[in-house]
Order: sequence, then structure tokens, then C-alpha cells
Amino acid sequence: MLNLRLERREVTPEIELIATIVAILLAFVIAAFIFLIYGINPLYAYAQIFGTVRKAHRLGEIITKLIPLLLCGIGLTIAFKANTWNIGAEGQLLIGAILATWVALFLSVPEFTRLPLMFLLGFVGGAAWAFIPAVLKSKLGTNEVITTLMMNYIAACFVDYLIYGPWKGAEEWGFPYTNKFPISAWLPTIPKTRIHWPTLIIALVSAVLLYFLLTKTTIGFELRVAGQDERVARYAGISVEKAIILAMIISGGLAGIAGVGEVAGVHHRLRYASSISSGYGYAGIIVALLARNNPILSIITAFFLAILFVGGDAIQVSMGLPFGVVNIFNGIILACLLTSEFLAKYKISWR
Amino acid sequence: METVVEMKGITKRFPGVVANDHVDFDLKPGEIHALLGENGAGKTTLMNILYGLYRPDEGKIFVRGEEVKIRSPKDAMELGIARVPQFPETVDNLSVAENLALLLPGKILRKNKIQSMIKELAERYGLELDVDAMVYELSMGEKQRLELIKALCRGAEILILDEPTTVLTPSEVESLFQVLRRMKEEGKSIVFVSHKLEEVFAIADRITVLRRGKKIATVPAKEITKLELAKLMVGRPVTFELKKEPVVFGEEVLKVNNLRVLDDRGLLAVKGVSFSIRAGEIFGIAGVAGNGQRELVEAITGLRRVEDGEVVILGKDVTNKSSADIIKLGVAHIPDDRRVGAVLTLSVMDNLMLKNYTNFSKNGILDLRKARELAEKLIEKYKIVTPNVNVPVQQLSGGNIARLILARETSGECKLLIAFHPTFGLDVAATEEIRKLLLELRRKGVAILLVSEDLEEIMQLSDRIAVMYRGTFMGIVDSEKAKVEEIGLMMGGVKPET
Amino acid sequence: MEWVTDLLTMMISAGTPLLLATLGEIYAERSGILNLGVEGMMAVGAVTAFGITLVTGNPLLGFLLATLTGCLLACVHAFLSISIRSNQVISGLALSMLGLGISSLAGRRLIGTPLPVTIRKIPVPLLSDIPVIGAFFNQDPVTYTSYVLVVLLWFILFKTKLGVIIRACGENPQAVHAAGIDVYLIRYLCTLIGGALAGLGGAYLSVVYTPTWIEGMTAGQGWIAIALVIFAVWNPIYATVGAYLFGGIRILQYRLQPLGISVPLLKTLPYVCTIVVLVVASSGKFRKRIGAPAALTIPFEK
Repeated sequence: MLNLRLERREVTPEIELIATIVAILLAFVIAAFIFLIYGINPLYAYAQIFGTVRKAHRLGEIITKLIPLLLCGIGLTIAFKANTWNIGAEGQLLIGAILATWVALFLSVPEFTRLPLMFLLGFVGGAAWAFIPAVLKSKLGTNEVITTLMMNYIAACFVDYLIYGPWKGAEEWGFPYTNKFPISAWLPTIPKTRIHWPTLIIALVSAVLLYFLLTKTTIGFELRVAGQDERVARYAGISVEKAIILAMIISGGLAGIAGVGEVAGVHHRLRYASSISSGYGYAGIIVALLARNNPILSIITAFFLAILFVGGDAIQVSMGLPFGVVNIFNGIILACLLTSEFLAKYKISWR
Repeated sequence: METVVEMKGITKRFPGVVANDHVDFDLKPGEIHALLGENGAGKTTLMNILYGLYRPDEGKIFVRGEEVKIRSPKDAMELGIARVPQFPETVDNLSVAENLALLLPGKILRKNKIQSMIKELAERYGLELDVDAMVYELSMGEKQRLELIKALCRGAEILILDEPTTVLTPSEVESLFQVLRRMKEEGKSIVFVSHKLEEVFAIADRITVLRRGKKIATVPAKEITKLELAKLMVGRPVTFELKKEPVVFGEEVLKVNNLRVLDDRGLLAVKGVSFSIRAGEIFGIAGVAGNGQRELVEAITGLRRVEDGEVVILGKDVTNKSSADIIKLGVAHIPDDRRVGAVLTLSVMDNLMLKNYTNFSKNGILDLRKARELAEKLIEKYKIVTPNVNVPVQQLSGGNIARLILARETSGECKLLIAFHPTFGLDVAATEEIRKLLLELRRKGVAILLVSEDLEEIMQLSDRIAVMYRGTFMGIVDSEKAKVEEIGLMMGGVKPET
Repeated sequence: MEWVTDLLTMMISAGTPLLLATLGEIYAERSGILNLGVEGMMAVGAVTAFGITLVTGNPLLGFLLATLTGCLLACVHAFLSISIRSNQVISGLALSMLGLGISSLAGRRLIGTPLPVTIRKIPVPLLSDIPVIGAFFNQDPVTYTSYVLVVLLWFILFKTKLGVIIRACGENPQAVHAAGIDVYLIRYLCTLIGGALAGLGGAYLSVVYTPTWIEGMTAGQGWIAIALVIFAVWNPIYATVGAYLFGGIRILQYRLQPLGISVPLLKTLPYVCTIVVLVVASSGKFRKRIGAPAALTIPFEK
């Protein structure tokens, strides 16, 4: 095999930043080859994707997509810090959307409390959905990657069940939608955009709060120790179970809030699971990992992924490519991130 | 043929240290050549180079007179060089036969062949082993026998034994020596790596002493005395005497009653152990590793479930209480594995506040300035060498990590200290420092449970000594009256006659 | 009795893609590599086999290339997790995303196109007439191949030296390295076997079982396969039980539909069952002894 000499070196924040940028650039080069194989001009595709940033209305669209990406992403930073691989933000988002829909359509409460209640139940729903795999992991050691993923599929099926069955709307013939929400359940938006600003504010404030939680509080300290090394945490009297469950509740709850934002701010009803979320929960993984599990840096990485998502919409319309193509970028970016981290961590020479 | 192996001017550098500095070493056919030195002297590095695990930065290796480049263990094996590692590198979830099959030619597993091979080796060298046994069922001594068989069935002519007695009871050591002598008679050449003088004298023909990466001397074993050798090894006159002042023991701090604990595989590892320790007393537990010491320590510190019996600390029943509850009672714990005592990826400061971080918090918010001040104080007091408090612990040397753990565990309000192999892998100076510190704590009235495989350490420090064998205490003796031979017998499972 | 035979026949067919993927993942994990990219490799295998069969009319070529593309994708994981010692969870997730993305790009013009050829069941004379057992002998050639693979892979793993080496790589790679065997080579080999079989499983799904191409048609089967590896305690023989059981759950979905149970709710069945199976497998009393390979997900450094 290859005879390489590897020497570990200290990774400074500057090296990390360079590694991240290199990873993203490399990802686009590799993706270009895949496009070429399937007979698509990558330069044209990239022009379509990044052409979006310059137009003002597209910027609004980017920020609209940033909201769920950021909420899922910062939640995952906490889960990953606790060494819990929550791949279930997608499902947690959908459960948040379902509960918000229930409050919007079927709960009789004073109108001014409707939106706050939607957020509250959305958080609780997402958290509860994450709580199940968290308990299974912490009590039985059940692999959370697979359980959270399975819960995504279950949540998506459940959304379909509701919109085809009990919650099927009367006003839409044949199409699987619920009824439109009453206006009191609509989130206000910034004029001329779809930016539902209350959710945006929740997301930004949460990012700052989570950063504070991780770095300056006892809970954050316990999370970091438990996530870095289970054995040492047990030895130091820190409960690993508590850390896992807490991280998953925060992570799931924030994903749930993302779901509330989508139904109350964008769609104003429940519809196909794949329409509510075009994979925000999965992309949130990349948001968190690119930001090195730093909630504040996640704002930047979520913005980057939002560009990619809006670009994905653009090539879908102009080039007739399926939206799933965005997954190619997601996968390659992650692979390149791993590679560039390796290059940053080791000095390599031939021997 | 004069020599089978000759290593000339071997130099190996690691970041920050020169592990081997122009070392010469040679091995003659049919001899046992001991490589002596303290921990960190560079013995293992030199042998890893000979075995192809490391490559030297400088120097040449000759095998049977020809210059060779040994790039991997495979190269070494082809030259007839085999290594018996310090801790057996067996695959525990495979059977003995499967472990051997890894090394034998042929594509299909044939148990009969392996069986007859072991039978032959048993007759020749006294190496008996059950081929059907799963390796995790074997004792350490049996695992080492497996390693020896592995080396022999590769057709090894040159054997490297790296600290082979660490995991053995005294009687197992004797039978190992018999095997080695048989091998020598058959013309095999053996490098015996050790830091124990007694053993080296018992088995070696020639002795090479390494100190801080440099070769100090090579002498025939018959022409040197133990004291001279000790001087060569340590580089200064050795005083193995520690001052142990008489202390009046106080109240009973730890009481363990008929404790029964399971190991990871669900087998009974501690089978009804009882003892108590009073304030100011050091209670030593001797024994070969793997006889239930780890399970006992983990049960007392709340890291492992107690099946039966009770643990009482300062009059409070803490049986099956959480480790957090037990820490709150003032129980400090130095684990045998330093990777359990510190989070290597977190900073020095984080690790120093690992157990008392709640002291720095107000409504759940940490006062990081206070934590830093305290960390800096501890670094100074315990002479922890680190660039600053923010570097990850993995950048520190082993000795400094040990000091960091010690600093954290002993600086607070400590009533009971559980020290498990506190000096494992440390050099003489650090070992002495840590032993002094334990005696200092004893003087202050801390009750200390000292678990160690180092009999010398146990004898030096303890007030009373228990010997653990297969999950039970073979006996508890007063250290004043204890004889090494008696304890050695107990380590091998022989009850003293009373 | 006849309905039992019929049911079993369908269960086996429905379980075959899962079985193939599970067998492959067993090899990868036995050598110490957790590959969470099975879903992606299956999807790419499915689209490749379907596309090639559609264009050439030759399903054998389709299967062959599906196997190859599965290998190719697995190479990415092997490089990341073996050569450069990356986190295997992240690398596997990347592979899943990449595979799903490529499958949707490659399959964008294949949606709804029927295949020119169908793979028929070839009953084995006499054997297929035996009640119940006959179900195993009234299958298509790929399923027969999968039986051979089960036995062959079991034999290699437990009765040959190569098998000992593979298992030792997953338990204690240091010992394998010390024995002069290249751990990286073995791990690459096993990861590639995993990719090949996942690709084959995907191919079976799109060319034999369904047979059509729908985006996202793997529907989590790759993830279920990973769960089945645990259920099968890393043994190829036991993998058949889990795979056919889940094949049965798939059949059950269709059988329960006429009873008026909502289709989307029935669709949750395999996912709920996967969680149940995982919980049962992870709460076993002797988990430690028959558990995961000790060095699973731990990168090996020379």
C-alpha cells in the first residue's frame, strides 16, 4: 500500500477555516465531474445555482430556507457535542409541523394564544419524537442512527396518513392537503418576501443561547465531557444518560420549531412530507458539521446551504433536474470535509 | 556465526524526545540477552525497530551477518524474528485454534493439525493449551503461552519478550523461565526486555542497560552485582527507602462487606470480599492483574453494579449509589488507566475542574475566571508541565497527566483515596514523588486503598496487605510481618498456613 | 398448506434484496468497518441495473454493472474510513446522500418506463413440489444465487483462514498486523464486498422485484439491512431469518390493505418493526459476548 509518513500537527482555527473552504471548493469540482458523466454542463448548472444570490427576491428566498436549516443545524450541534448521532431532525421537524397544524385547525383557544401555542407544542412534539431514540440509546444502547432514521420514515408516513385521511381538507378536491390555516395561525412575514421573521428571530436567538449554554454553563460542561468520553464522564460522576436525553430534547425541539415555521410561515397548511421539508433535517447535519458544532458559526453554514437549496429549486425549474440532485452536493461536501480535516490534522510526506 | 542480530547506531526520534540515541545491540545464537532499563529508557522502541513496527531514523541492522531493512512485522517474521508483546495481543473473541490459524499456512481451518502441533510443542517445551478454548476464557499466563506458541509456529529463531512477567504470578514466572531455558538449549536466541533486576539475574546470560535512550553498558550477568546494575540503570545511587511515620489510625472510613461483583461478561469477578480501612491507613491489595481488582475498585466507586454485599463509606451505606453521590462524600479515585481519569481532548483547565465544576457555578453559569485561577494554582503546586491551561490534555506527557489527575483528586476535601496503579508506566523520579505524596496524605489522615501489581510498592507503602486471587482475598497480613515469599505464594493461589 | 407455501414464496422474494445487502454489511462490519451508506449503494445499484437493462436488454449486464457501481461507491467509504481514518458515521451518511443524489440524477429519464425483459421464476423440478420447503425452489436465478452466497459467505467466515483474518480485523486489528497481514487490504476487500452486494440488492429491487424505477424506491431498506446485521449477530445464516421476516412484513402490508387499514399507516410497519428488532437485539442479556466486533468503527493506525 501507500507508504506515507503522517505527523500529527496542531489544528488552529485558521487551518480549520481554510480546510472548510477547500472542502467546499473541492466538492464543487468533484460534483462537476458527476454532472459531466450524466451529460449536464456543470458550469451552466453552477451559474444557475449561484446566479440566485444576486437577485433581491432570491435573497429573501435564501433567508426563508435558512430558517429551518439553522434551527435543525444548531440543534444538531448540541446532539453531536453529546456524541449522539441524531439523524432524525427531519422526522422531528415533521412532528412539529403536525402538532402546529393540530393547534391551527382543531384547537379552540383564544386567537392571540394560537401562534405561541403552536410554537410550544411544536417544540414539545419534536422533543418527544427525539426522546424515544434518546431513551433507547441511553438505557439499552440501541443504535440511535438507525432508530432516528426509522422515526423519520414513520413521521413522513404519519403526515401522509393525516392528509389523506382524517385531516384531509374539504376545499381542495382530490389533492392531499389539509384545510388552509385561519389567518390567526399565519406567521407575519417581511413584506414582499416569505421570510417569517418571528421564526428567524427564534432561530438566531437560539443560536446565541446555545453557544452560551455550551461554553459557559455547567450543563454545557457536562454535555461536552459526556460527549467526548463516556467512561471519563461516568468516572467524574456526570450522567451520560442525562446528557444524551437533554441534548436530544433540545435538538428535537428546535427541529420541531422549524416544522412550525414551515407550516405557519410558508405553506399555511399541512401537505406532503416531502413538500414540508425538502431534507432540511438531513442538511442540518452538514450545517452543524461544517460549523464544527459551533451554534454561532452555524448561521454562516446554514446560509451557505440555503443558497444550495434555492439553487436546487432553480435547476429544477430551468434544467428539469430532480431536487434530489442537491443530495449529491450534500454527500460530496461531507466527504470532502472529512478529507480536508485529515489533511489539516496531519503533515504528510512520502518516505 | 558470531551474532544472529546486530544493531548499530540506532537512533529514533519522536516529537520532543530522542527515544534511541545511537544504540548498539547484539544477540548471539543460543543466548538470553536481557535489555534492562526503567520505564521510558527506550527498550520497547529499540525492540519495535527490530520487529519492524518502527523505522530507525539512523543506524543499521544486520541479521546473520547481512544488512537488512525491516519495514514491517512481516519482514521480521521472514527473518525468523518474533515478538511476545507485554500485554498479549491475542484476539479474545476467537478460539485458540483460530488465533493460531492466523499464522499458519493453508486456506481451510484444520483443527486436527493445530491440535497435533500443540501436542508436539507441549512435549518439547512444556507449552500446553486447549485449542478449543475461547481466548477470553484464558488466564494471562495462558494467553502468554499462546503468544509463545504463535512465535514458535512461525518458525521463530529470534524471540523478543517484552516485559513478559508483568502479567504473571511468581509460579507462572518460574515455568516461563523453564520454557525459555529449553528454547535456549534448542539454539534459539532470546531478547528479554525488563526493568526488574531480580528476573534479569535469574535468566540472562548477558545484560545491556539502557538509560534515557542511550546504551550505558553490556555486561555478562556473572560479572556484575545487583547494586552495580541498579546504579547503571538509574544513573545515581538508589535509595528505595521511604520514610513512613507511625500514624494513629482514626475512624473507620471504608467498610466493604461480603462484596460480589460481575465482570463485563457477566461472570462473577469479585466473590465475597470483606475489609475495612481506617483514617490514616494505607490498605494495599496485591495480586496479578485480572483477578477482580478492577471490578472491586469500580464497585466501590459506584461505576459497577454490586450484586451482593455492601459498601459503607463514613458510616453511610453507598451500595449501588451513583458515582456522583460517592464523590460527594469525599472519595477520590486515581484510575489505573489514565484515559479514564482525564478527557484527553479537553483542556487542562476543563480536566482540573472535572469533578468540582459545580463549585464554580452560580445558577448553573460557570465562573471561568475563578476556575482558571484555581487551575493555575494547581499547575504550580503539582509541577504539571504544560504551555498553558487551555491546551488539550493529550499534548501532555504521561507523567504530567498522572500529576494532573493526582492534583485534581487530592487537592480537595479528600477522606478516602482509591489509588489503582498510581505509578504505572512512570519513571523513577515521578514514581518516588507520587509515593511520597501518598504517604503525605496518610499523615493527614486520609484513608487510602492502594491497588497495585507492583509488589515492592505495596510492601513499601501499605499498613496492611491483602492478596487478591480469582476474586477472593487469599489473606490479609500486616506489612511489618509480611514476607515477600508468602505474598508471592498467595498471588499464585496458595493459602497461607495459619 | 398451499397458502403457507405461497406466502413463503413471496416472503423470500421480497426479502432477497434485504438479504443481499445484509450479507454485504456483515462482511464490512466483521472486518471493523461500519458502512451506513447501504441505502445509497442500493439506490445506485437499482438505477444502474434498471438503466443498463433498459438500454441493452441484457439483465445480466445490468446486474454486473450494479455490482460494480456498488463497489465504486463503497470505495469512497473505504478511502475515507480506512485510508484517512475518518469518522465512519459521517462518511457513511455522506455515502448515503451521495448515492441517493446520483440515483435521482441518473434515473430522471427512467421514471415510469417498463423493462423490455422480465426475470421469471424457474421452479426446480421435484423440489418445488414439496409443500412449504418447495417455496425455496420456486424462485428466480438471483434468489438461487443468494442461497449460494449465504452458504459460501458463512463457510468463508467461519471455516477458512481468510474468515479468521476478517474476524480478527474486526476484533483486534493490531494482532492481524503483528501477524504480518495487511489490515487495510482486508478491510478494503470487505467494504467492497459490502458495496457489491448492496448494489446487487438494489438491482434485484428494480429489475426483478418491482420491476420499475421510482425515485427513492429503496425506501429505507438499506437502513433496515444495517439493523438486520445486529439482529443476525453478524452471521450470514441468521441473516436469512431477518431478511425473510422483513420480506413477510412487506407482504403483510399488501395483504392488510383490503381490510381498510390506511395505506400510509401500513407503510410504517417495516420501520416500526426495525426499531422493535433493534431494541430486542440490544437488550439481550449476553450482548457483550455475541455483540458487535470489538474494533467496529475504530480506525486502525499502523
